[in-house]
Amino acid sequence: MRDARGDIRRPIGLRLWLSGGWLTLLALGALFTPWIAPKDPLMQDLFLGRMPPFWVQGAEPGYLLGTDSLGRDVLSRILYGTRLALIVALVAGTLTCVIGATLGLIAGYYRGWPDRIISRFVDIWMAFPPVLFAILLIAVLGPGLISIIIAIVVIDWTRFARVIRAEAMTQGAMDYVASAQVAGRTRFGTMLTEILPNVLPTIVALLTLEMGIAVIVEAILSFVNLSISTDSPTWGGMIAEGRTSVHQAWWVLVFPLITLFLTVLSFSQLGEGLKDRFDPVLR
Amino acid sequence: MMYQVRDLRLSFPDLTRKPLLGAAPRTPVLKGISFDLPKGAVLGIVGGSGSGKSTLGRAMLRLLEPDSGTIAFDGTDITHQTEDQLRGMRQRFQMIFQDPMSSLNPRRRVGGIIAGPLKLYGFDGLTARVNEALDMVGLPRSFARRFPHELSGGQRQRVGIARAIALRPDFILADEIVSGLDVSSQAQVLNLLGKLVGELGLTLGFISHDLSVIRRLCDRVLVLHHGEVVEQGDTDALFAAPQAAYTRELLASIPLPDPDQPWD
Ligand SMILES: Nc1ncnc2c1ncn2[C@@H]1O[C@H](COP(=O)(O)OP(=O)(O)OP(=O)(O)O)[C@@H](O)[C@H]1O
Ligand SMILES: [Mg+2]
Repeated sequence: MRDARGDIRRPIGLRLWLSGGWLTLLALGALFTPWIAPKDPLMQDLFLGRMPPFWVQGAEPGYLLGTDSLGRDVLSRILYGTRLALIVALVAGTLTCVIGATLGLIAGYYRGWPDRIISRFVDIWMAFPPVLFAILLIAVLGPGLISIIIAIVVIDWTRFARVIRAEAMTQGAMDYVASAQVAGRTRFGTMLTEILPNVLPTIVALLTLEMGIAVIVEAILSFVNLSISTDSPTWGGMIAEGRTSVHQAWWVLVFPLITLFLTVLSFSQLGEGLKDRFDPVLR
Repeated sequence: MMYQVRDLRLSFPDLTRKPLLGAAPRTPVLKGISFDLPKGAVLGIVGGSGSGKSTLGRAMLRLLEPDSGTIAFDGTDITHQTEDQLRGMRQRFQMIFQDPMSSLNPRRRVGGIIAGPLKLYGFDGLTARVNEALDMVGLPRSFARRFPHELSGGQRQRVGIARAIALRPDFILADEIVSGLDVSSQAQVLNLLGKLVGELGLTLGFISHDLSVIRRLCDRVLVLHHGEVVEQGDTDALFAAPQAAYTRELLASIPLPDPDQPWD
């Protein structure tokens, strides 16, 4: 008995390579920032203000992506900002995912009173407008890395809870779950060995999406000056500063913006790419 | 006796008619069912759609808890046992499901699907047991590495059978296991099931609305109608001289092929 069904080959996954490549690059950049950043990101030199990037006439050697109005090196500032962006993405994304997905899984699989409590909570939570909620939270907690992470987790866990709950409910109604009960597996065991592997692709997709969202949220909060302290460079802070001088020095705005864009895009593509590559069930 | 079922009643809450406050009214689905299933017998359960066949089957496996009445499995009253109390026994009554796609975890390999229940009961030599189960249902051993979506419907249903028999149960419930298959796979799967029941000395509950299949496979038949047993008895007697009007109607509505003709 031989048919070709077992032989389907996966596409190489350009998506996965590109997004994974960019994020690896960023991660390396973040890890080794002090060694690879050409300049001190905070060092000002007013004589070197608004130097253009290297390929433009009048560029200053050593400042590859130019300088801002205070003469600080744009490339070094982007690199130092990467650290913060990735820390926020990883920590906030993971925490949001673990909290939201766990609650969603329990609500969707156990149903009954756990579901009623969790769902009611999610409904009430979602009645708050998120941006206002974030700003309010940070105003209360005070700006800083931890506050940003808390704000993201507190606001976004509902996304996971809702989606995973629905998914767990669908899976819970499948016969293979009844079959686990027939075999005598415990409720909790069934949740871990039968339901979780089947909602995992969704969890991973949401997680990478959430990491992208965390980067954006951090940038938005920096933009409105509610993020980390103003000396440590952040992408959002750079975009906010660059905006004011976009006509004289576009590079101060454009490079952090491109970095932000590529990063958010890569995070969202990473989830899809991982799914294409590793999920045994082809959709 | 494998099963002794007495005055079994079961109802579901009707959530569409649930008042704002208070409990939903309950719709009775099984209305006092009694029968005996001797060890080694093959019991056919027939009836129209919605007559409560699956509900009865699921109650027998204690996937559902009855409202009242008793279900005794091999002398043990399991009617209201908790999941913890049942755990040690569950290995002894297994089930094969109707839908060959959704009854296998799509993200597990066939080998894992068959070995999973075995692990729960501490069976040793898992690989050998998985191979043996695959041999018994006529699938190549290499299929252990495949995912369910890499199999045809008939092959998936064989995996479902392998999962059930690998546990060496005393009783298997087969709920419409061929209704999702094409005619030739139907015949193959039914032949296989009949052969295994004989070889392993299983007691079988076979739910179907196909009377010609019931006639070939089953020793005894239970005819359900609106949650009540309208007739039960030996297959030959029941087909030769149906007593209840509903059974006669059922027999008349289904063209019966010549029972002496081989299946495939
Ligand atoms: N979980 C449930 N909640 C509410 N009602 C249910 C539930 N399961 C079954 N029912 C109802 O119980 C009745 C009997 O259903 P059951 O599935 O036992 O029928 P069946 O004889 O197996 O039918 P079929 O041949 O279509 O499979 C139906 O009216 C059905 O709507
Ligand atoms: Mg049914």
